[in-house]
Formats: sequence, C-alpha cells, structure tokens
Amino acid sequence: MHDMKKLGGLVREIEDQLMVCMRCGLCQSVCPVYAETGREADVARGKLALLNGLIGEMFKDPAGVSERLSKCLLCGSCAASCPSGVKVLEIFLKARAILAGYMGLHPAKKLVFRGMLSHPEIFDRLLSLGAKLQSLFIKPADELLGTSCARLPFPLAERRVMPLAPEPFHARVQSMLTEGASGIRVGFFVGCVADKVFPGVAQAVVRSLEHNGAGVFVPENQGCCGIPALSSGDMVSFRRLVRHNLERFATGGFDYLVTACATCTSTIKKLWPLFAGEFDPDEQRRIRALADKTMDISQFLVDKMEVAPAALSGEDGRDVITYHDPCHLKKSLGVSAQPRVLLRANPGYAYKEMAEADRCCGCGGSFNLQYYDVSSAIGGRKRDCIVGSGCSVVATGCPACMLQLSDMLSRNGDRIRVKHVIEIYAQSFD
Amino acid sequence: MILTNAMNRILEINEQDLYAVVEPGVITAKFAAAVEAKNLFYPPDPGSQAVSTLGGNVAENAGGLRGLRYGVTRDYVMALEFFDVNGELVKAGARTVKCVTGYNLGGLLVGSEGTLGVYNRITLKLIPPPAAKKAMMAIFSDVAKASETVSAIIANRIVPVTLEFLDNFTIRAVEEFSHVGLPVDAAALLLIEVDGHPAQVEEEAAKVEDICRRMGAMRIRIAENALERDRVWEARRAALSALSRIRPTTILEDATVPRSKIPAMIRAIEEIGKKQRLTIGSFGHAGDGNLHPTILTDQRDRNEWGRVEAAIDAIFENALALGGTLSGEHGIGTAKSRFLEKETSRATILYSRRIKAALDPKNILNPGKIIGG
Repeated sequence: MHDMKKLGGLVREIEDQLMVCMRCGLCQSVCPVYAETGREADVARGKLALLNGLIGEMFKDPAGVSERLSKCLLCGSCAASCPSGVKVLEIFLKARAILAGYMGLHPAKKLVFRGMLSHPEIFDRLLSLGAKLQSLFIKPADELLGTSCARLPFPLAERRVMPLAPEPFHARVQSMLTEGASGIRVGFFVGCVADKVFPGVAQAVVRSLEHNGAGVFVPENQGCCGIPALSSGDMVSFRRLVRHNLERFATGGFDYLVTACATCTSTIKKLWPLFAGEFDPDEQRRIRALADKTMDISQFLVDKMEVAPAALSGEDGRDVITYHDPCHLKKSLGVSAQPRVLLRANPGYAYKEMAEADRCCGCGGSFNLQYYDVSSAIGGRKRDCIVGSGCSVVATGCPACMLQLSDMLSRNGDRIRVKHVIEIYAQSFD
Repeated sequence: MILTNAMNRILEINEQDLYAVVEPGVITAKFAAAVEAKNLFYPPDPGSQAVSTLGGNVAENAGGLRGLRYGVTRDYVMALEFFDVNGELVKAGARTVKCVTGYNLGGLLVGSEGTLGVYNRITLKLIPPPAAKKAMMAIFSDVAKASETVSAIIANRIVPVTLEFLDNFTIRAVEEFSHVGLPVDAAALLLIEVDGHPAQVEEEAAKVEDICRRMGAMRIRIAENALERDRVWEARRAALSALSRIRPTTILEDATVPRSKIPAMIRAIEEIGKKQRLTIGSFGHAGDGNLHPTILTDQRDRNEWGRVEAAIDAIFENALALGGTLSGEHGIGTAKSRFLEKETSRATILYSRRIKAALDPKNILNPGKIIGG
C-alpha cells in the first residue's frame, strides 16, 4: 500500500533539490563506480540528470528508474566534494523510498527486512542458528584473515566471506549499566555486523570505555540502525527499527551514544533526523536528542576523553599499520583525525598512511551483492593501496569495510590482517 | 554521440624533446601529475581539471589561472591527429619546435568545439618547471583601486603567473563557506603569484608589493611557506563553490576585455547588477582581463530570469564596447552563438559556415555549435 499524497510530497522535495546541481561534473573525479565503468549514468551528475528527466516517468517505468538509481554505493564521495552542495544522498534515498513505496518491495527484501530485520529477536535467533549451520556450506579459506569460502560451486563462489561468530556479542553481554570514575556514562549501540561477525570489536569498545573511566550502558535486544531498509526505500521497516531502538535507549541516563560502525553512526546522526518527518512530534524530539549525542567511538575517546598518541619509543622493527577511511566516517561525518590518533596511541605499531586512504572500499552494503564485479574492481584498487603501504595490519572504523577488505585481501592471498581501530587501541592496555 | 573518454592513455612523455603524446580522453589533472613526476611542467590548469579531458581542453582551447604568464591550451598543442567526417586520419603539426609543413590545420581544430573532426592523438609541449614561487594577497578598501592595481602591475612590465580578483560579495561567500581567514570587510582582494628563478621571484614580489602599496592597498599578506600559499589558492578555488551554494541557479559568464579595461568592466558589471536588481559576484583572472561575473538566481522565477537575460546581454555589450570578446575560455556553444555576429561580422560567420560545409557537408559533427545552423 502506498500513500500517493505522501509520495507526491517527496517528489516535490526532490525536484527542489535537483535544481541545485549545475552539471559541472566534478563528481566524476571522486565517484568510485564511475572510475570503474566510465559511464555517465553511473555518476551522480548523470543520475541526477536522469532523475530530473525521469521524474514524470517515475510512476510510468518505476523499475527502469529504480535500476538506474541502485547502481550507487551511497558512499557520499560526490556530496562531500560537490561545489554546489547538492544533497545527493538525500535525493537518492528519497527517490528510492518513492519507488519502493509505489512499486512495493522486492519479495526477497520484504522477507528479510519486514520478516526478520525489523524483529530483532527473530533476527538474532535466526542468525545464531545460521552460525551453527554455516559450516555445512562454507569452509575456512584463510587462517590469518579468518575468511571462509563456499563448499559448493554457486554464483559468487570465489568470494571470501567472514563467517558468523560462534557466539555473538549479545550472547556474552545481554545488557550492561555501570558507573565510571569520570562520571560520564556512554550508551553503546552495537550494530549488526559487530554483534554477529566481529564480537571482538564490540568487546574492545566496552574495554576501552571502562579503561578510560566511562560508565557503560548497553540495553538488551538492540536492533539494526535501519540503513539496509532505508537504502532499499523500505520506510515501513525503517520506521519500525528506529522506534525499536528509540525505546531501547529511552533509559540508561547516558551522556553520549557511541558506535564502532561508521555506517550506524552516520545513519543515527544524519539520516534519522533527515527522515524524522516520518514520525510523530514526540518521537521527532527524541530522534534529534539521540542524534545530537551520537558519535563514533574514536571521536568520543579522543575528543571527550582526551586519548593522545603514545610517546614514540623510536625502536624499529615494529609492525606497520595503515588506516582506511570509511566513507561514512570521513565524508559523512568529517571524522578522520581521531581514528589515526587512536592507532598512534598503541606504541606497538608504526603508523603509515596508504595512498588514497579515503577512497571507497566498494562494499556499499547490498551494492556488493547486486554488483559484485564492480564492487570487487573498486575493492581491488583499495587492496593495491593497502599492499603498497607495506603494512602487516590494516585498520578501519567500520565493520562493513572490514568484510570487504577481508574478502579482497584473502582472495589475493595477502598476509595482512584486518582490524578495527578500537581493537588496536584496546591491545595497548590489555 | 561519440565518446572518447575511454581513449585515456598517455602514450609518451619525452624528456629529451620536451613533449608528450596523449589520447583525447586523458584527464587533465592526471596528465599534469604524470608530467610533474618527471620534473616537467604542463601549465594550462582549467578550473575543471580534475574532470576535464585533454581532448576537451583542446576542443575548447581551455585557459586557467596561469594563462597570464603561460598562455592557454593552444600555446601547447604541437601536433594533432584527427579523424575527418569520412573517418580518414588527418595529421597536422609535428613534434618539432618549428614546423611550417602544410596549412596550420591544428590552429583550425583547436577551439573548434568538436565541429570539424574527432581527435585521435594530441602532442603537447612541456616546459621546465619554475624553480621558485611566491604568493601574496593584497587587500583593498575600494574596488577601483584594486582594479587599477591590476593594470599598474602589467604596465610596470611584470607578468605574474596568476593575478586574481575577488569582490566583496565573493570574499564574504568564500569566508562563510570555507573559513580560510579572508578579510570580510575588504572591498576587493587581489591574489598574486610570481614564479621563476629565486632571485627574480624575490625582486618581482618586492616590486608587486610596492605597486600595491602605492596604489592604495590597505594590507598585504605574503605567504611565508607552502601551507600559507595553499591557503591563498584554496580561497580562490572555493569561489565558485561558495557562490553557487547561495541560490539555486548559478550563471557563470566569462566575457573578457583587454587588461587595461578591467577597471571599466568591473564598474560596468556593478551597474548592471544594480540596474537589473540581481546578485552578481565578480571574481576571476583579472590579470588577463578574463573576469567571471557570476549571477546568482533561480531559473524558476520567470520575472527574475528575464532580468538575468537582460543582464547577460548587457555584460556582452559592455565587453564588446571595451574592445573585448564574448568568451575568454568557456566557449561559444549554442548559448552564445547568437551574439557571435556582434563581435565579428556577417562575413566571418559566412566564411566559417563555408569551412564547416566543406569539411562536414552533412553537418553531423556537433551541429549548431559556434556558428549556428
């Protein structure tokens, strides 16, 4: 069911924002998809021009328009370097919402988003079952990186996946409410990938907060931040997930909300308020209040707890570590210095910048499933830059990037570990 | 439509003979970086160099910030290989410094906006990079004083690499947008860079500073290091971005006048803005007479749009009356082709059309551009 009046309103909002693009094409210089395909239809300018021309077509040929819009990582590189300040992500997300609202969701997405993702308890139970059964389908491929590959040949069998962790974070820490010496208490939004694939990242967050004297609040039964649903235009599941999480974090008396996932942070901080119009006034107020408190874990530790780089011992022969900027941290939130400070706070590593550290890794959530070849080509460039730095560890601030980097490095047989910044920092006092 | 974007190889950078051979789809900034890595220099630096292609630069005869001292794309095209409308390969020019073999077909093709042929290979001149550079910012309380300073610097036989002008509206927009520490109370700014041998750079910088003071600059800031120098140019590069964020539609013009006429042109633009009740930010390459009056508007506002069109006409008329030209570096395309006769003559248009008809009888190469039809 769709509400045509509401969709019409969204169309008008998009039309106003489309006006702002002056067709200069500077987005071509930063778009990772365009760099691979060289096709105007793949870069923001081309998509915006198409959308401008197709706005009347949206209800005539929604599938065609939708296909053109979906070939986008939503990395925000174009918006971050746009001279005119076109709100590209906002336009694309709204257009996706209009199209999904009009056409209805793809049945598979409907099953995943409405049947599973938006019911966190069901989602958790299904995935813990998956963790037990996954060894039937995948086998270990790379001990160093911990990736697996498919046992049976099927499309995308060359892919190296990170298996689900045997014990997710929420099984170990159901909930938590502690006081810290600093008097500051921090709410911790765990996020799906950290919870289910990289529970060590979530544990490192808790240890780092405790180490710095922050009290920790982890409510039980947390849900997904909603970005998979939102980027498929599924406003129903998005609303349900936002409401669920607002409820989870309604108590706890915390001063800041942190996540260790660049995408979760930018979704809660930027996209929840952007789509607040979907909620009632009281919810809108609570969304804005929560968004104001939200920050990346490295941003919190460096800006609020004043974690500083360690004094260099000057000894050589340390492991070289490099850093990949997740798009949703650097381009969406402007956070790029703090993760590097956290890495330097561990004296056990020698820090080295890679070339093009802020170039997208090509993951892009479901983009990776839909356009694996383009995603891999983009990831391959990232892999070359990582290897070029001469590092033995690559750190980043987003579990989704970690999945992509692991796949790329594992497929090439590179002896380079993939870690979250917070894991490296936590090692320094473990 | 023919796209040459995928023809993006740099075929040769010759360090002995100082030239490079490229395909037309090479991105300008990537080429400049590849040349720099060999300690050579390709000066044309159009504002869009991060996305523009060398083929596009040749087709438009692109300029840039360094045009004042180093010239424009035309000055660097040594040879061209292009396909004519029948698909035959035509060769013009050579990889030698001197070449008078045959008609100067390269001269005809540069700036032809894709109407006469399709480039296959371009041979570009390279030069040794300057050993030293110095940038400074002169701050004025009066637009006339700033624009007269531009003319005075040139009249004193100094040719800076770059001599850029920003008016108060642009200064405020840039400062609000990028917080680089610009003096928002200034009526106008000149951003000046000189380059060359270190001793010459010192001497010219001192002379420029002296001229600015004598002409009435309130303050002069000299960039002491590369970081400060970058700040100066960051401010200039942010100008269009900062302006274009203010209103939905941005009209960027590039009518160009002989450099001694810059003060008159700046006055004319101010008056046009007042008369048509429009917001016009002026900035640009004052040193080579190529200003970029930027009209901020909303194309959906019919009444205002009518005044914008009147203002554009008035800008062209003033530029021509001052002995200038319709476009310094952006090209004629379709938008300005109706003004072409005003600057040239009926005979010029007919002569151009005869060339076009002879070379492209079916009018399939970018029809309608430059000369209409």
